[in-house]
This record gives sequence, structure tokens and C-alpha cells, in this order.
Amino acid sequence: MRGNMARPGKKQVRQTLQAFVAELIVYSLFVIIYFFAVLHFLGQWLVQLEIQHIRTYAVVAILLIIGQAVILEAVTTGLMRFLRRGRSE
Amino acid sequence: MFFPISHTQINPIYLVVIGFLIGVLGGFFGVGGSFIAGPALRAVGMDWNFAVGTDLAHIVGKSVVAAKRHRALGNVDLRLGLIMAIGTIAGSEVGAQLIQVFKRAGNVNFVVSAVSIVLYLGISIFMICESWKTLAAAKRRKRAGKSSPSHGKADESAFTHMTEAIHRWRIPPMITLPVSGVTISLWLIMFVAFIGGLFSGFLGGGAGYIRMPSMVYILGVPTHLAVGTDLFEIIISASYGTFTHAIKGNVDILIALVMHTGAAIGAQLGAISTQYFAGPKIRLAFVPLPLIGAAIVIYTLLTGHKL
Repeated sequence: MRGNMARPGKKQVRQTLQAFVAELIVYSLFVIIYFFAVLHFLGQWLVQLEIQHIRTYAVVAILLIIGQAVILEAVTTGLMRFLRRGRSE
Repeated sequence: MFFPISHTQINPIYLVVIGFLIGVLGGFFGVGGSFIAGPALRAVGMDWNFAVGTDLAHIVGKSVVAAKRHRALGNVDLRLGLIMAIGTIAGSEVGAQLIQVFKRAGNVNFVVSAVSIVLYLGISIFMICESWKTLAAAKRRKRAGKSSPSHGKADESAFTHMTEAIHRWRIPPMITLPVSGVTISLWLIMFVAFIGGLFSGFLGGGAGYIRMPSMVYILGVPTHLAVGTDLFEIIISASYGTFTHAIKGNVDILIALVMHTGAAIGAQLGAISTQYFAGPKIRLAFVPLPLIGAAIVIYTLLTGHKL
């Protein structure tokens, strides 16, 4: 079994929550832009692909969800780092 | 917003909020959250087949985010996850075949409902007893002035003797997992993964509610590692499930992508939150999840309405 880890203090928890709220606001803006831009253009192409080439659609679906996951993870990690740096300066 | 693949009209904010909630649960407990996503998609008029397939696609994305975060926290045993993925895929195929057998016999709904209720209640009762015992023992040690490992990532279990007894079955080949700190028979790992996959294929979803506790109590993996490794393993098994559902025309990837925007941030929050809780506390907090699943199945059985 693993060793002990120091429990974070209240101040640290508050800072994490503050960073999270700020991140949520910036992230929401990204998501709104994403809805209107990316999904609008991708929608029709995906519908056609699903009707005509179902196997290609299956592969594209997995690649899209993994791709989005990797990009969103990078965006949120970048945002967190940026907010932390902004606070420490 | 109209989603043309599944011909469903759904408010995207609803999808983002549902995704966020499932993301938090997934990041914290290592579960797919299909027992919430399925009924939530059904509630807005989506067909059951699309709800299952789309949920699986969204689980892939959410698990990538949560597993990446857990990996950064040192909570993923890649070796164990890769071995388990093989057993899970085999188990899910057998589970899907079992469904076909009961379908032909004409009693699939009753059998699946009965198995789910017994399983969900059994897991909840066992985990309540175990976590309670472990936390009580930790409190007693604290009162006696002895140091307790029950904080941070430290882990302990009241059923360690059971895990140790299982580990004495040294059926070759034996596998050493340095990250998890255990040496265990490959067959035991495959057995746990196969059972998880079997229930995933039989009852739907990722079956994290059975795999995560099995990894802790049978394989002896620390809770934080069980959560992270389960998520990594779900990426592989849910991708396989998404592919098989997509070629049957059961996946609306546009809905999954929208849900995932909420899940991505929820999963990170859930994963980070695990740092602030000890293993037994995470396991105790896990208990309501299978109970919610059991409540949904009982409601469906009694009223005839599928949530």
C-alpha cells in the first residue's frame, strides 16, 4: 500500500476552488464558440457519413471524441496554469 | 437544438450539465456513469439503443480526460489496465451473447432486472460494511494514539485478510505490478476483468461499479490506483463498445461531443478531488451509486416505465 500524503490546507482548497470557478467562466466561453462553429460545420458531413459509410463513421466517431478529449484536457490544463501564474505574479 | 443523426431535439445546456455531473462521478469514482446517462437521455425522448451507444462514446472522451489527470497524479497502472482490457472485451462479448439467449427465451427484462438489483444491493451492503469497519478501526487507532494511514492517498481495508488469502492462489504465470505494489496470478486479473466485462455486456455501461471494488478487494490495488486504472481500461473497452454500436447505427456522435464538453471539466474536478479523500472514504462515498442503479431498476420493474 502507498505511503502517506500531506492533507492540503483550507487556504489551498479555497485557491483551487477559485481557480476552478475562473476556469469554468473562460471554459464556458470556449464551449459556446465551439457549439456555433465546429458542430455547425461538422453536423451535415457526419450525417452523410453515417448514412453512406457506417464503418468510416464508427472510426471517425471514436477519433473525434478522443481528439476532443485531448484538446479540452490541454485547454483546461493550460487555463489552470495560466490562472495560477496570474495569481502568483 | 436538433440532432439529425438520432432525430432528437435536446437542449445542449441539459447535455452539458448531465455530462458535467457524470464527469465528476467518473473522475472521483472511476465509473462510466451510464446508470445516470442512460435514463437522462431517455428522459428527453432519445431511443434506448441510441442512449446506450451515445453514452458509450461519451464515456470514451470522459475517461481520456479523467485518466490523463489521474496519470499526472500517479494513479494509473498502465500494465494492469492493458491486461484487464483483454479480459473485459472477452467478457462483454459473452455478456452480449447471454442477453441474446435470454431474449430468445423471452425473459430478458426480468432476468437482467433481477441480476442488477441483487448485484447493486450486494455491492452496496458489502462496501458499507467494509468502509465502516475500516474507518472505525482507524478512529480507534487514532484514539489510542497510534498513527493511522487513513488520510491522503494512503489506503487500508478491513478485508485485507480476504485479499491476502486470494493472493495465496499462486497459479502461474504470476504478474508483478510495481505501480500497484502487488504480485498476482494473471488468471486472477483476467477473471476480475472478465466478470466486469460480462456485467458490462449483460447490463450495459462500463460496469465500473463492479470493477473498481473488485480491483481493491480481490486484486489488492490501492483505491486511488483502482480508480485511475479503471478509467484507463474503460478507454479501451468503451472504444470497442462504441465501434460495435456505431456500425449498428446506435451512436449520435454530435450528442456525445456536446455532453463531453461538460464531462471534460467535471472529470478533472472529480480526479483532483480524490487527493483530498482517503481510500475508505472514497469507497464509502461510492455506496450510493449502485443504490441509485438499484432504485432505477426497481422503479422500472414496478411501474413498467423505462427511465
